[in-house]
Amino acid sequence: MNQTDRKLLSGNEAIALAMCGCGVGLGTGYPGTPSTEILENFGELGGKAQWSPNEKVAFEVALGAAYAGARAVVTMKHVGLNVAADPLFTAAYTGVSGALLIVSADDPGMASSQNEQDNRHYAVAAGIPMLEPSDSQEAYDFTVAAIEISERWRIPVMLRLTTRICHSKTIVRLRELPGPKESPTFVRDIQGRVMIPAYARPAHHRLRDKLAEINAWNESSTLNQRFGEESTLGIITSGISYVHAKEAAPTVSMLKLGMTYPLPLDFIRSFAACVDRCVVIEEGDPYLVDSLRAAGIGFEGKSNIFRFGELNVGRVRKILKGDDTPEPVPPRGKPPQLCMGCPHRTVFEILHKLDCIVSGDIGCYTLGVLPPFEAMDTCVCMGASIGVGLGLRHSLPFEQARRVVSVIGDSTFVHSGITGLVEMVYNPPETGHVVMILDNGTTAMTGLQEHPGTGRTLGHRQTGKVIYEDLAKALGIQNVHVIDPSRDAEGLKTTLTDALQRKELTVIITRRPCILAAKKIIQYEKEAMHCESCSCEHAV
Amino acid sequence: MKNQVINVIIAGLGGQGVLKASDILSDAVFRAGYDVKKSEIHGMSQRGGSVCSDVRFGKKVLSPMVPVGEADFLVVIAEDQVEVNRHQLRQSGVLIEPKLIDLKTLKNQKSLNVALLGILSRYLDIGEEHWKEAIRSNLPEKLHGVNFDTFTLGRSAKTD
Repeated sequence: MNQTDRKLLSGNEAIALAMCGCGVGLGTGYPGTPSTEILENFGELGGKAQWSPNEKVAFEVALGAAYAGARAVVTMKHVGLNVAADPLFTAAYTGVSGALLIVSADDPGMASSQNEQDNRHYAVAAGIPMLEPSDSQEAYDFTVAAIEISERWRIPVMLRLTTRICHSKTIVRLRELPGPKESPTFVRDIQGRVMIPAYARPAHHRLRDKLAEINAWNESSTLNQRFGEESTLGIITSGISYVHAKEAAPTVSMLKLGMTYPLPLDFIRSFAACVDRCVVIEEGDPYLVDSLRAAGIGFEGKSNIFRFGELNVGRVRKILKGDDTPEPVPPRGKPPQLCMGCPHRTVFEILHKLDCIVSGDIGCYTLGVLPPFEAMDTCVCMGASIGVGLGLRHSLPFEQARRVVSVIGDSTFVHSGITGLVEMVYNPPETGHVVMILDNGTTAMTGLQEHPGTGRTLGHRQTGKVIYEDLAKALGIQNVHVIDPSRDAEGLKTTLTDALQRKELTVIITRRPCILAAKKIIQYEKEAMHCESCSCEHAV
Repeated sequence: MKNQVINVIIAGLGGQGVLKASDILSDAVFRAGYDVKKSEIHGMSQRGGSVCSDVRFGKKVLSPMVPVGEADFLVVIAEDQVEVNRHQLRQSGVLIEPKLIDLKTLKNQKSLNVALLGILSRYLDIGEEHWKEAIRSNLPEKLHGVNFDTFTLGRSAKTD
């Protein structure tokens, strides 16, 4: 056995290796558990990898690259595709010249997310092919296959992952991959790329024609596999559910779907006809169940209790037994908390003391909701703190409205807080408003990634930097303060108390590096200083 | 050959090296030629909360997650996480916990995870060279010496 070709890799690492092997020219994304490590690894392997301010921009940059004829990949967590949904739906119409792979990493069970939405619905809604790997080997192989499909049919393709695919390590056998195609070049295609209604109508027809062709191809594609001759029980499954099912029922017949949109319904129908009892095993929403039912295929689904959370071997055994008795609740572990010495702690202590109504956001600082702080009242999605805070201010009685504060992290602010700030200037509540940007100089929650506010690229090299206080002032916000919460807690408290009294717009930036990132940030800054005095590749 | 899969769960708190320990374990069994799968949840759990990681190995492994109550070995790095995870262990399973190690004998308290792997190693059919190679490739060079010593200490500790 050649050890160098056999590697123990996470799904995310395997995808990055496949991207390199296929000569992917550009990888873009926004950090989000469980997808983050794909681009980090791709960058470390020498690929051109970039964090964008948010998933919509990341998608558009990758789309542009694919219009130019490059192979491009955009990565994000499941909720990220909500942000990028706008370009997604129309990119399906325009198609691409090179390849565009959209990696959507779902989080059933919500290990680190605010919902457990099932992004398989997006592939159907937008009309793009979808592949679902079941381990790291398939994450590697399906990345290559998805790029081939994208290029052959000139259509964006979704690689749909889940937490256990992204973060589990399994053995991968590497192989020789095709490498880059010809160099990108601009080919004018106005009717194909400019989606005014007159050109979009035929584009929609082209999309449906492509999907019909891909559907026919998928009926006999090797991405879908059938195992076993057992005729009493057959299981139809895909993704991570396959390995759970195979372990729970090793001897039964199995239809494992690798490409789950467009579904190979004839292939599925012929399988279902060969077994006495057919059961669909899928995690999350009843996507396969609904599709097969609509096609008139006979089978059993799962009880509603298994729609929630991840599947595992034990749950699959229960589904196969038709056992929907309540499941034992595992003992609760210790919940996560803000690190000791975290600069956010001071902020939440003050918000708690001043009895503020806190419109919160997504990041480490969401932990400000837990005791002893309990200083957060809403948390919905990236950037919502500002809009929701404004809505509260517009509607609550005066004495409550003046206690409302929007709290947002630095990376989240760049992601989708800027438009909220514009809204605040444009439609200011009568009571004014207070926005706190908790700037710890990193995207901490997902593992210390850079963003446009740090002034460093994904690979920690110096680049342009967004200065929040300048931005706020440029928008015309009257009161803009920058305070180090660890050094000047008293000053922060006074400033916030004062801001809550005014009927004006205030932005308070609490700036202090994340204690986990501080050492690294100093190191990056030193390197940048060194580079300013030379002309090496690190220099701006 | 019967496909016997060995199930190991490593548990503790964020920052204790749970994931590092499961990286070393899965790397060692990988080097020994087994099929292996390792699975855990990242993200929120980094912030000082409970963390656990599953490592399964054998001739052929399917699910990356150890079915509840089927762990052959439960390695717990934080004493207060033993009860939270005990239900994972099968009846005849082996619990490896911090009190099996005299903490005073550790040169570096942070290497408790590797000391417990040393205890685990006595139950597993994996050559010492694979363990050493796994430690070497998963830790920075300056920590190799102390972790080799800690591993040996666990491997030779009296536990009964």
